[in-house]
Amino acid sequence: MKLLTFHPGGIRLPESKLSARSPIIYLELPEKVTITHSQHKGAPAKAVVKPGDEVKRFQLIAEASTRFSANIHTPISGIVKSVGKTRGAFGYDVETITIEASEEQHRRDLEASPRRIRDDAAIAALTPAQICGIARENGLVGMGGATFPTDIKLDIPADKKVDVLIVNGAECEPYLTSDHALMLAEPEAILNGVELARRACGAKRAIIGIEANKKDAIEKLEKRISPGSPVEILTLHERYPQGGEKQLINALTGRHVRSGALPVDAGAVVMNVATAHALWRAAAFAEPLVARIVTVTGPSVKTPANYHACIGYDIASLLDKSGAEIEQGAKLILGGPMMGRAVIGADIPVEKGTSGILLLPPEQAARRTPDPCVRCARCVEVCPMGLEPYLLATLSRFGKAEEAEHQSMNDCIECGCCSYICPSARPILDFIRVGKNMRRKSRNKSKQ
Amino acid sequence: MILYIQQILFPAVALGVIGAIAAALLCIVVRRFAVKEDERVEQVEALLPGANCGACGFLGCHDFALQCVRLGGPEGISCPGAGPDGMAAIAALFGMTGGTASKNVAVLRCNGTCASRHPLSIYSGPQGCNMESMIVSGPLTCAFGCIQCGDCVKACPFEAMKMDPVTNLPEIDENKCTGCGICAGTCPRNLLTIQPSGPKGRRVWVACSNRHRGTIARKECDSACIGCGKCERVCPFGAVSITDNVATIDPALCRLCRKCVAVCPTGAIHTANFPSAQTIKPEAS
Repeated sequence: MKLLTFHPGGIRLPESKLSARSPIIYLELPEKVTITHSQHKGAPAKAVVKPGDEVKRFQLIAEASTRFSANIHTPISGIVKSVGKTRGAFGYDVETITIEASEEQHRRDLEASPRRIRDDAAIAALTPAQICGIARENGLVGMGGATFPTDIKLDIPADKKVDVLIVNGAECEPYLTSDHALMLAEPEAILNGVELARRACGAKRAIIGIEANKKDAIEKLEKRISPGSPVEILTLHERYPQGGEKQLINALTGRHVRSGALPVDAGAVVMNVATAHALWRAAAFAEPLVARIVTVTGPSVKTPANYHACIGYDIASLLDKSGAEIEQGAKLILGGPMMGRAVIGADIPVEKGTSGILLLPPEQAARRTPDPCVRCARCVEVCPMGLEPYLLATLSRFGKAEEAEHQSMNDCIECGCCSYICPSARPILDFIRVGKNMRRKSRNKSKQ
Repeated sequence: MILYIQQILFPAVALGVIGAIAAALLCIVVRRFAVKEDERVEQVEALLPGANCGACGFLGCHDFALQCVRLGGPEGISCPGAGPDGMAAIAALFGMTGGTASKNVAVLRCNGTCASRHPLSIYSGPQGCNMESMIVSGPLTCAFGCIQCGDCVKACPFEAMKMDPVTNLPEIDENKCTGCGICAGTCPRNLLTIQPSGPKGRRVWVACSNRHRGTIARKECDSACIGCGKCERVCPFGAVSITDNVATIDPALCRLCRKCVAVCPTGAIHTANFPSAQTIKPEAS
């Protein structure tokens, strides 16, 4: 069978999927959680509880403040200890809510088992608007990393038409295996969720794209697809950044999303397998998005594993469970090595978008000193958006961000292929990000 | 032989004729389209620092000079870079007396040295405050304080700043500083403020911008302003105000009594150019 992939650009990365095929470890609910207000794209959620309040499991604790925002629920029952600012993952203040459970509440939480609230017939009767409503109510966001509110994605504007739902099971980032583990553990729920999402956005068919290194997941899912079903599974080449939505659309349908346009304009909606799973749990079991699979991995981690942890779970204790020790000079990254962001310490909570925690030892964490550009143009070759990264970086470096914007700087998906491939180890992406930041600042200024 | 002469002579003559025509044309064009510029523009420009810093509000030194001539003197506009003496000289050109400019300087509203803050992260990306502040809050605790990368030092057109190797904070040479404000615009944390240098260069300012509550601020930096309000209470002129847990001294109201300096529990209020012997004891209450 011919394997599909996207065009142009992209690179083949060493996989390093250390935790592949290790089953999901379901963690017990913690007695204390710290939940940040802004764990999704868009405006931060507004807290609806105050210190001293008693909250029940799955209760809404922060509601979407605008249309482009998401609800946040508590994964445990307990008493709200504090609502306010604490030091976040990057050293800046973030708004958080901390909840602590009493022994009694904790025991009751542990004993509770999920109860199905809608049977198959009720689910089949859901209208697209109802499905979007479920996604919004339950605070669903894209779990691939971008954390885009799911209901906005599924709510197709009247003048647009979507004919295909694309489900992202590519997981092209090295090290990360959370989606893979989920596909192996819950194929049924994923397919049910895909079907729901397909109906919500009104697409005729759904394609699940999975990279060829996850043969077992492909088999498992394919076995459950009945002939004549609108869902199909296509195998992809291992290539980074295949999980980017524009790249995935191109790989699976051959369509190109125009510069500045959204996937909807190309008649497609892209969704992660984990989001599909969460949608099913929300629709059938009335479970809001309060837990996810987190990969804890790294060359120096003793037992890399996939954990099913609730949001607000302390990352330091996750690392402890995997036997990871943070030495001086090591780098702790939220997400994968390519798109992830380094954090200042492990005392931070799991969020809706935390797909993995990667611990790089000092010798791998160190960056090479950059040399002058040798004009090899390899960054141009690998750019999946067909941009000229060296040019954007140079323009941004000299403060000409506006000119860089004319060179389609805003199309950059920040995949990091350019910085990875550069033989002179130039921090190309860093400079592009600075340029984007400069433009954002001056746009905000002109708005005021 | 004739062939050679022809080969040399013809091009030489032809080029000569073209050159002569072009020269004549140029002469005509230069006379015809000459832009008459007041000679005073050049004189004014010679008195300006020539750094094109833009602190006067115009596009550069030439633009400022043009404006001077247009207004018939430095009326209501001034070049902070030239200083009072320079402005007086420019005013003299137009037959006016005295410069109106008062000297401004930049002050750093952070005194979080390596000793008073705690290490937080090791950053290994491309250098620059702007770059680093996008990724983490900085190498030391306190997300409001100096990142210590020296973007302001690089930006200063007058070479008035340098990084202090001990404290790792930028140091402002007030003799060179013109108060142009370029450093203030560069700092991603807005830590540099431009204020009048004060009588005899004496001034008092709060060298902290930490907006956290006192307990948190104290944990982050030993010399942070904790917003305790002692300075506000002790000030007889109402020059100190506390907003967002940070004290600010209004230089227009401050009479340089330095009572606030004596009562500050963390030493966050700094002074400049006071004679060292003359210290003020805290008032017995």
